[in-house]
Amino acid sequence: MWVAAALLVVVVGSVAFNFLTPWWFGEVASNWGSIDDTVLLTFWVCGVVFILVGLLLVFSVYKYRFRQGARAQYEPENTRLELWLTVGTTLGVVAMLGPGLFVWDEFIRVPADATEMEVFGEQWRWRYRLPGTDGKLGTTDIGNISTRNPFGLNDDDPNGLDDVLIQSAEIHIPVNVPVKALLRSKDVLHDFFVPQFRAKMDLVPGMVTYFWFTPTKLGEFEILCAEYCGSSHYLMRGVVHVDRPKEYELWLQSQPTYAEMIAGSRPSSRDITTGRNVAETNGCLACHSLDGSQVVGPTWQGLWGRSERLVDGSVVTVDEAYVRESIINPSVKIVDGFAPVMLSYDLPESDIQALLAFVRSTEGGVAGTDRIPECKDC
Amino acid sequence: MSETEVPYQETMGLHHPRSWITRYWFSQDHKVIAVQYGVTAIAVGLVALVLSGLMRIQIGFPGLLPFITPDIYYQAVTMHGMIMVIFLLTAFLLGAFGNFCVPLMLGARDMVFPFVNMLSYHVYLLSVVVLMASYFVPGGPTGAGWTLYPPQAILPGTPGVDWGIVTMLLSLIIFVVAFTMGGLNYLTTILQARTRGMTLMRMPLTVWGIMMATILGLFAFPALFVSAVMMLLDKLVGTSFFMPAIVSFGQPLEHSGGSPLLFQHLFWFFGHPEVYIVALPVFGVVSELISVHSRKNIFGYRMMVWALIAIGALSFVVWAHHMYVAGMHPYFGFFFATTTLIIAVPTAIKVYNWVLTLWKANIKLTIPMLFALAFILTFVVGGLSGLFLGNVIIDVPLSDTYFVVAHFHMVMGVAPILVIFGGIYHWYPKLTGRLLNNTLGHLHFWVTFLGTYAIYYPMHYLGFMGVPRRYYAMGVGSDFYPESAATLNEFITIAALVVGLMQFVFVYNLIASYFRGKPAGSNPWDATTLEWQTPKTPPNHGNWGDTLPVVHRWAYDYSVPGEEQDFVPQNVERKP
Ligand code: HEM
Ligand SMILES: [Cu+2]
Ligand SMILES: [Cu+2]
Repeated sequence: MWVAAALLVVVVGSVAFNFLTPWWFGEVASNWGSIDDTVLLTFWVCGVVFILVGLLLVFSVYKYRFRQGARAQYEPENTRLELWLTVGTTLGVVAMLGPGLFVWDEFIRVPADATEMEVFGEQWRWRYRLPGTDGKLGTTDIGNISTRNPFGLNDDDPNGLDDVLIQSAEIHIPVNVPVKALLRSKDVLHDFFVPQFRAKMDLVPGMVTYFWFTPTKLGEFEILCAEYCGSSHYLMRGVVHVDRPKEYELWLQSQPTYAEMIAGSRPSSRDITTGRNVAETNGCLACHSLDGSQVVGPTWQGLWGRSERLVDGSVVTVDEAYVRESIINPSVKIVDGFAPVMLSYDLPESDIQALLAFVRSTEGGVAGTDRIPECKDC
Repeated sequence: MSETEVPYQETMGLHHPRSWITRYWFSQDHKVIAVQYGVTAIAVGLVALVLSGLMRIQIGFPGLLPFITPDIYYQAVTMHGMIMVIFLLTAFLLGAFGNFCVPLMLGARDMVFPFVNMLSYHVYLLSVVVLMASYFVPGGPTGAGWTLYPPQAILPGTPGVDWGIVTMLLSLIIFVVAFTMGGLNYLTTILQARTRGMTLMRMPLTVWGIMMATILGLFAFPALFVSAVMMLLDKLVGTSFFMPAIVSFGQPLEHSGGSPLLFQHLFWFFGHPEVYIVALPVFGVVSELISVHSRKNIFGYRMMVWALIAIGALSFVVWAHHMYVAGMHPYFGFFFATTTLIIAVPTAIKVYNWVLTLWKANIKLTIPMLFALAFILTFVVGGLSGLFLGNVIIDVPLSDTYFVVAHFHMVMGVAPILVIFGGIYHWYPKLTGRLLNNTLGHLHFWVTFLGTYAIYYPMHYLGFMGVPRRYYAMGVGSDFYPESAATLNEFITIAALVVGLMQFVFVYNLIASYFRGKPAGSNPWDATTLEWQTPKTPPNHGNWGDTLPVVHRWAYDYSVPGEEQDFVPQNVERKP
C-alpha cells in the first residue's frame, strides 16, 4: 500500500518539480530560440509517456498487490495491444524527430551574409581573429606559430595582414548580425559554449570547425570551455560583449591588425607589450595570474622583489636571476605549496628580456584580462 | 538440439578440485568464479564510490577538503567513470551473473570451457591490479576523463600523463582479453550446452540478455582494444594516429597528420554498444525479477526477445550521437539522430511489457521486486532524457553539461545498479542457502532508490542552465551558476553521501547473512527456472544429480489456469 504511495509521490513530485523549478535555461540571447521550442515539445511528448507509464505502474502495484490464494491473469501475449503500442511510440518519435531535424538543418546552413570570426583556443585561454577590412581571414598553419606570430598566419598570404588580432579573452560582436564562428585549436580539444546562445561546437586541433548564430540581445555573456582540456579546463572562460553597431566600431578601431603587430614587435624591443605577448603565446598566463589569485603557479601580481618561501624551507628574493632560472629550469626552486608541474622553456634571449620587463612591470599589479572566477583562499 | 540427442555435457568430465587452492582460488566451478568476479567487482566498485563521494564534496562544498586539487579531482572523475562502467558493471553483469546463471538456467553442468573460464577471471583480476597500480605510479592515475580523448590524454596539462595513461591503457587491453575469454565461453555454452528440451525460445530472458550482450561485446571490444594500442603507440613510440600538428605550452611537437576524431569514432564504436552490454543483461534480469515476484508470466516474451535482438543490432549504428558537437560533418547529424530515435521504439516496448506484466498480476513486494520497480521508474527517466540528447539539435545546448551527467547516471549507472542489487537479493539464497536480512534490505532499498532519484532528477535542470560537466569549480554568481544552483549542489552532495554510506550497510548484510541469515530452502521464491530446481542448495560442483534435468515448457509458467500451484517449473512434464 505505502509502496504504491511512495511511487506515486515520486511520479507526481517529478512532474511538479518540472513546473516549479527555478533552475532552467537563461533567457535566450541568439536566434536559436527554436532550440528551446524543440526542447519544450520533447518535454510534452516525454512527459505524457512518463505520466502514463508511472501511473500505470503505481496503479498496478496498488491494485494487484499480493493476496493469498489470488491468481494472476495468464496472458502470454496480446499481439494487437503490442502492435498499437509500437505504432503509437513510432508516432511519438516522429513527432519529436521531425521538428528536431528541421531545426538542425537550419543550424548547419550558414547564411551567406554571416561575418566570420575566428575563435582560437589553447590550454587554457581564448583568443580571436577578425577578418579586417577585406572581409577575409588569412590562411594559417600551426607550424608558423611564434612569439611574433601568435596565430600562425602565413606571411605570404596578403589576406592576413589586415586581420584583427584580439589577444584577450574578451570579444565584442555587433548585435543582430549573423556570425560564423570558425574554431581552431593550438593544442587539444576545447569547446566554445555560451549558454545563452544555446549553441556550441568543439575546437579540434588539425581542423577548422564552425557553427553560426545571430546575437539578438545586448549585454555581456560568459564563454565557457565545454570540452575537457586538462587541469585548468574549468578556468578557461571568456566574455562576449554584444554591442550596438556604433560601440562595436569604436572597439574595433582600437584593436591592432597583424601588420601593425609585426611592425611594433621587433625582436630586440624590451617593452612590456612584447613581454606580455611572449607570456601569452607561451601559455604562461594560463597558470600564473596577474590579479593575485593563485592558480596552478604563483601569481605574478607584485612578484618582483617579493620574498618566496621554497619547499625546502629557504627563502629567495625574486630578482632577475631567479626569474630567469624559473623560466629555463623551473624545477630547481619550487615555491612552497605548488606542484613542480611547470615545463622548462627554451626561449631566445630576446624573449626572456621581454618577459623580465613584463614581470617587473607587474610590481604594482596589472589589470588582468584573465577572469579567475573564484579565489580559493577567501 | 532435438529432444533425443544426448547433450554434450552429459558426457563431459568435470575437473573436481583436489585442494583448497583449486577449490577457492583456481576453481573451475562456474559458481565459484561467479563469486570471484562478484567480490572483485564490488571491491573496486567501492573504490569508485568513495571517489564519487570526494568529487561530490568538492562540487557541493568547494574547498572543504583542501587536498582535493584540480588534478586529484580529475583523476577521481576518470577512475570513477572507468571503474564503474567497465570494472564494476560489465564485470559484474557478465562475470558474476553470467557465470552463475548461464549453466544453472540452461541445465548444464558448467561452462563448456571451465579452464578458460578460470583463466578469464584471473586475467580480469590482473587488469584490476594494473588499474589500481595507477594510484601508486609517479604522477598518479590519468586524469583524462573516462573517454581518454587524445591529444589531451597524452599531453602535458593533464595529470598522469607520464605513467597513469599507460597503466590505464594496459589495464583496458588486459580487460579486453579477459572479456573475450569469458564471452566466447558464455556464447558457446548457450549455443551448445543447453539441456534436452531447452530450445532457444524457452530460455529465460536473463540468458537471452547475457547472450546478446556477449555478442555485442565480441564485436565492440576490439575497437577499444585497437584504439588503446594506437594511443599507446602515439604515447610511447611517437606515432601520430590521433595526433595532428600541435603547439603544446609553447613547444611545437613532433607529431603531425593524425586525427583526434578518429579516436572518438573508434571509442564510441565501442562505447555505445558498451552501454547495451550493460543494459541487455539488466533487461534480462529485471524481466526475471518482475515475472517471478509478480507471479505472472512475462508479457510478450517473443516481442521481448526480438526487442533485445533489435536493440543489439541497432546499437552499432548510433555511436556518433556522442559526437554531434565534436566537429564531424554536419550531415552525420541527420543519420545518427534518426537511428538513435529508432532504438527508442524497441526499448519503449520493453518498458511497456514490464509494466503490462504487472497488470492483473499478484505482486509480492519482496526486496527484489522493489528494486525492479525502482529500476522501471529510473530507467524511464533516463531513457526519456536520452530522447533529448539523441535528437541532434537538442544535444547542441545540452551536451557536455550536467544534463548528460544526470542522463547517463540514471540510465546506465543507477538503473543497472538497482537491478544488480535486485538480482543479488534474488539469487543470494541459491548461492548460499540463506536469505539476506529483510529489514536491512528495506533500509538499503529505500535510501538507495529515493536517494539516487533525489541526486539525479534535479541534476538534469542544472544542465539546462548550462553548467558544464568536468568542472572542478564553477565560480558562484555567474549567469550560468547562480547562488541557487550552488544550493542545489549542496543538497545533491548530501544525498550522495547518504546513499554512499548505505552501500556499506549492504556489504555488511552480504557478509552477516552468510553466517546468520535465515535458511532459504531450495526454492524460496517459488520460481520456475532451472536454477531453483537443483537437487542441492547451494548446488554442488556439477550442479545436477546423475542425470540432467529435462525441460518441458517455457520459463514463465506462473498462475497457469487449472494448475494446483501458481507456478510450474520448467522441468515438470506437461499433462497429456
Ligand atoms: C551514488 C553513486 C554515484 C555518484 C554520487 C556519482 C558521482 C559522479 C560525479 C560527481 C561525477 C563527475 C561529474 C563531473 O565532474 O563531470 C561522475 C562521473 C561519472 N560517473 Fe558517477 N557517480 C555515481 C555512480 C556511478 C555509476 C553507478 C556509474 C556507472 C555507469 C557511474 C559512471 C560515471 C561516469 C562514466 C562518469 C563520467 C566520468 C568522466 O566524465 O570522465 N557513476 N559521477
Ligand atoms: Cu576545456
Ligand atoms: Cu551512445
